[in-house]
Amino acid sequence: MNFPDFRNIVATTFVAALLPLSAQAADITGAGATFPAPIYGKWAEAYQKATGNKINYQSIGSGGGIKQIVAKTVDFGASDMPLKQEELDKQGLMQFPAVIGGEVLVYNLPGIKSGEIRLTGAVLADIFLGKIVKWNDKALAELNPKVALPDQAIAVVRRSDGSGTTFIFTNYLSKVSPEWKTKVGEGTAVQWPVGLGGKGNEGVSAFVQRIPGSLGYVEYAYAKQGKMSYTLLQNAAGNFPQPDDSAFKAAAVGADWTKSAFYEILTNEPGKDAWPITGATFILVPKVSNKPAQTLESLKFFEWAYKNGAKMATDLDYVPLPDALVKLIHTSWSNIKDVSGKPVWTGK
Amino acid sequence: MSSTRQGKLGDWVFFNLTRFFALFVLLMLGGTVASLVHGAWPAIERFGWGFLWSGEWNPPMERFGALIPIYGTLATSLIALIIAVPVSFGIAIFLTEMAPAWLKRPLGIAIELLAGVPSIVYGMWGLLVFSPVFANYAQPMLAATLGKLPLIGELFSGPALGIGILSAGVVLAIMTIPFIASVMRDVFDVTPPMLKESAYGLGATTWEVVWHVVLPYTRVGVIGGVMLGLGRALGETMAVTFLIGNMNVFGGFSLFLPGNSIASALANEFAEADSPIYAASLIELGLILFFITFVVLSLSKLLLMQLSRQSGRET
Repeated sequence: MNFPDFRNIVATTFVAALLPLSAQAADITGAGATFPAPIYGKWAEAYQKATGNKINYQSIGSGGGIKQIVAKTVDFGASDMPLKQEELDKQGLMQFPAVIGGEVLVYNLPGIKSGEIRLTGAVLADIFLGKIVKWNDKALAELNPKVALPDQAIAVVRRSDGSGTTFIFTNYLSKVSPEWKTKVGEGTAVQWPVGLGGKGNEGVSAFVQRIPGSLGYVEYAYAKQGKMSYTLLQNAAGNFPQPDDSAFKAAAVGADWTKSAFYEILTNEPGKDAWPITGATFILVPKVSNKPAQTLESLKFFEWAYKNGAKMATDLDYVPLPDALVKLIHTSWSNIKDVSGKPVWTGK
Repeated sequence: MSSTRQGKLGDWVFFNLTRFFALFVLLMLGGTVASLVHGAWPAIERFGWGFLWSGEWNPPMERFGALIPIYGTLATSLIALIIAVPVSFGIAIFLTEMAPAWLKRPLGIAIELLAGVPSIVYGMWGLLVFSPVFANYAQPMLAATLGKLPLIGELFSGPALGIGILSAGVVLAIMTIPFIASVMRDVFDVTPPMLKESAYGLGATTWEVVWHVVLPYTRVGVIGGVMLGLGRALGETMAVTFLIGNMNVFGGFSLFLPGNSIASALANEFAEADSPIYAASLIELGLILFFITFVVLSLSKLLLMQLSRQSGRET
């Protein structure tokens, strides 16, 4: 006699089991670069509050992010190193920048205050090539006549793990030093001629804070939060800007974003206030999407983030994209099609 | 009657089940080797045997060689063993032969607890606590003493940064001591008291008892313990990454200089290895580590066989 009840129970359980599934369908998964992970996490949290849609971001590294989006196991990939147009075409991807950040050189010289030491790109490259080994080297002394530089060895500190941060830094050195370009080159990991390798920004910060005479590169946020001394660095216009949000933004504004695939690395940009080691981090989505709903949700998330996420980005020491660039990105989205050739993005 | 048949069936099931487990391990081992070789194939094809003795590790130019990580792996593990084996031996002798009964248990448990500390903790401790002390006190002292000697002086020269092959080796030693010491203690404990008492009765000192009675009786276990420690040292990743300096260029033979180890290189670079040949080269490093471990284990087996043959001759 109780059988109908039992069937009811089965039915409800069945429906209940389906429910989380249907909710999951609106979930978006992304994977890749670790550098923007804090801001993506923050955006995702706020986005979920505002729209109810969930974004899962796995910060597994840029290389992993590219592999995953090529294998289509995630809805979007993230990379600090932009892919070239040929590479994008080969993998059937398209890319656009998400947020901008800067890198600074931090040092440990007791008695010398932050911002007192000035470097040029060429001198910096010579230090990382192991050609300038002492803080009181002639080249450094000429740049810093008012600073009492000690007769101390420079302990170069750099990343040991493959990293987009390293890519941006070595890209800069390749632009300012022909010798660096031919001898070492640029990449997420390179064959460093000298120096100690620390794991992650944390590792580099720890080494620099510990070893007197050290000099290393970290993301700006780490230098700021760790209250570390940083150098000034001459930009392409010959000025020595303070590394801060406005100098990073100046680099982004001055850049030429009309290049194909937004392939623009913001190092050594011409603006007179531009900080020379700036970089954008990129998002990768399939150009022909076999899951158009998921791709559209990903784009919607970034549209929302461009519109509402600027303050969150600034709070975390990232720089939001300039408005003109956001417009260009929106236009580029109309090239994303589903398998039948219909555009995925139906916004502006 | 039926109970015997049941027993036979049980035996049959048990035999086949255990055989399956044993073969499964072999299968896993074979699968690991096969997938490593498969993954490393592009690198093996491109670089050939030269991969083993090329000291270049240059991702942008896509030229890879394993010499620096192989050297770093072997050097750090060797330093670890040179320090850890005598210390562990001392700990084990003290615990089994000399410690008062009330101290044995707490001390033994403390050592076993140390074996359970995660390696990342050793790494952080090594970087933040050990390395500054090592750079400020131990390295200058070593440079002033051992560094002045001919030949080996070269090993203890250069800038005292607290980061490098020697630092990584010393922290590895600290990490392996609990393993080696607790195995040694366990095997020393199983030496029949009768043997020891007879030796003491003949007037042997503690040292003579340990050296001539306990050690020969337990050498298989002792070597097993050392190999366990060596295995941990060879494959240790996080602690080494924090302390070795991760330098892929050979700067000289000084142990103060930064180097790299295979496990550390893998941990650092695999996530961002973007080109296929780069990833394949890293997998080939893993294959080499696998091979090194295999050779070390085989050598220890050979050593044991040699020893048992010798003792056979003696008696």
